[in-house]
Amino acid sequence: MDLLILILQGVIVAATPLVFAAIGELVVERAGVLNLGIEGMMILGAIAGFSVTLDSGSYLAGIIAAAAAGAVAAFLFGVLTQVLMANQVATGLALTIFGLGLSALWGQGYSGESTVPLAKIHIPLLSDIPIIGPLLFSHDPLVYLSIILVAGVAWFLAKTRAGLILRAVGENHDAAHAIGYNVVGVRMLALLFGGACAGIGGTYLSTVQTPLWVEDMTAGRGWIALAIVVFAAWRPGRALLGAYLFGGVTVVQLHIQGFGVDIDAQILSMLPYLITILVLVLISHDKARANFNAPACLTKPFFASS
Amino acid sequence: MIRLEPRQEISHRLLYLTPVYAVGLTILAGMVMFFVLGKDPVRAISIIFFEPLTDWFAISEMMVKATPLILIAIGLSFGFRAGVWNIGAEGQFTIGALSGGAVALALYQVEGFWVLPLMCLAGILGGMAWAAIPAFLRTRFNANEILVSLMLTYVAVLLLGFLVHGPLKDPDGLNFPESRTFHEAALMPILIEETRAHVGFLVALAAAVIAWVVLARHVIGYQIKVMGQSPRAARYGGFTEKRVVWMCLMISGGLAGLAGVFEAAGPVGQLVPALPVGYGFTAIIVAFLGRLDPIGIVIAGFVMALTYIGGETAQIEMNLPSAVTGVFQGMFLFFLLGIDVLAKYRFRIIRVTRAAAGE
Repeated sequence: MDLLILILQGVIVAATPLVFAAIGELVVERAGVLNLGIEGMMILGAIAGFSVTLDSGSYLAGIIAAAAAGAVAAFLFGVLTQVLMANQVATGLALTIFGLGLSALWGQGYSGESTVPLAKIHIPLLSDIPIIGPLLFSHDPLVYLSIILVAGVAWFLAKTRAGLILRAVGENHDAAHAIGYNVVGVRMLALLFGGACAGIGGTYLSTVQTPLWVEDMTAGRGWIALAIVVFAAWRPGRALLGAYLFGGVTVVQLHIQGFGVDIDAQILSMLPYLITILVLVLISHDKARANFNAPACLTKPFFASS
Repeated sequence: MIRLEPRQEISHRLLYLTPVYAVGLTILAGMVMFFVLGKDPVRAISIIFFEPLTDWFAISEMMVKATPLILIAIGLSFGFRAGVWNIGAEGQFTIGALSGGAVALALYQVEGFWVLPLMCLAGILGGMAWAAIPAFLRTRFNANEILVSLMLTYVAVLLLGFLVHGPLKDPDGLNFPESRTFHEAALMPILIEETRAHVGFLVALAAAVIAWVVLARHVIGYQIKVMGQSPRAARYGGFTEKRVVWMCLMISGGLAGLAGVFEAAGPVGQLVPALPVGYGFTAIIVAFLGRLDPIGIVIAGFVMALTYIGGETAQIEMNLPSAVTGVFQGMFLFFLLGIDVLAKYRFRIIRVTRAAAGE
């Protein structure tokens, strides 16, 4: 039983960076923009969060720095794609390449250093309940924040006027513009939110999951977050589910050898990537439904003609 | 107030000038970066961008780096023109090296002029097979080729690591995770004495010429261009999206696989886990910097190779981190994409009059 609780706690830790990155990208895509640079924003968040936490000793400062680093990167993407009308796919790739390079440069003096992982909050009384307590009520603050964020986004998109405007911009930017909404402004705000989320997801890796800095430590998680958004059919609740499923795969892969299954570690490490592909195939094969779910203006450039 | 206004026709003069502007802006931004890092900006830039051009050995090393970049970028440019985004060339490169390398190891100590061509064939087929997975999944199941090809890159690199730890490990070695070094008949013939520049460079140039002819004259080139500009027109033209997707992925996968064999049988000379060093990703920048045009790609391949060689020299002489190269490459693409706006739009200054402001 203790082992099971340990594994499930591991799933939550593995899933949380994916929750942050995926919910941010979900909002961006609902506004009609595809930002393929999540990997770059996450790794910048990872080094920003790690270096600031280490230098200042404050986790809060680190988290703010990570969110700011992601948002600045997203702002760059926004200027290029929304103002200068650059191709979104190419710009996203550039952001990833740039982010990986810049983070390696930034982190040069930090490799080999480590921090104490962010402390867990044990909610009094509730965390003492057997099984449920350790599973639900004794996590680090970022885990709670990620759940609140998903609920908040779901509420925002479904219930608020601003959420409706954001969806309108994603579904039909010409109509939204004609009514008088500022398409570029809405998209920029969505991008900044997505960048900040990706940055926080990155710093979760470098200050909680493995509290040290390693070059390229995101290892494709930004891309997996993109797959999760497709898996989620652009719905916040399903993105949370998707992130936890992928977190589960990662953790199972770590524990499978412990159960005496004799498979090479490198073969097992392929598992999350292969499962991502499998999930994509399962989700996308019904073309009509896949197109129905996707925001209609995704990746389409918006140019205000009047 | 400044407004953007679409040009009636894309300015071709600007289209070919923007890469030059991008290089200039990258150098400027690089100087600012070095200044912030507390290094002498003028010296750093001159080491990275100009000194390698004055040294024959450095130029031969540029040829070594430019070979895989040009080969992969030419393959990718076909897909990028048609809107088929293969960004897993790094994986196809790895599988190509693995397939070609496995042939070399199976024929260990077998002499014969045919050994190397056979390895190249295996590499091309290996790269194609790896690219066939996203092609099949996109055409049959509508799965996004960007994500599939990228996920497969991680799988390919892990597979290489697994095989050189196990079945392909050097039986006479000291248990290091690496294969035997290839024998003479399985190595790329050297082009210039005393350097590592090999005949693969000539193959890359030939590939550029063939690609130029195909794009300009052959029906395949025509179909790819139509597909990129208007998928619906392509359907009326009687060729299906599926065929173009397959064609683009096979061309890019095959060329990336060939580049992988060249790398394993050329400068590296064996299979090691560190064989994939990111050429597959850098080639994406090369393809754009070269304007998806084969001749442009050859030039862009050299510019990008320059940043590798210059970056290495700067690392030794000025104690700069090797990551500087990656930052420069990212900036290239950013600036290029950003100032492309000049070729497609023109800026127009509009006086906001009272009437126009709605008062």
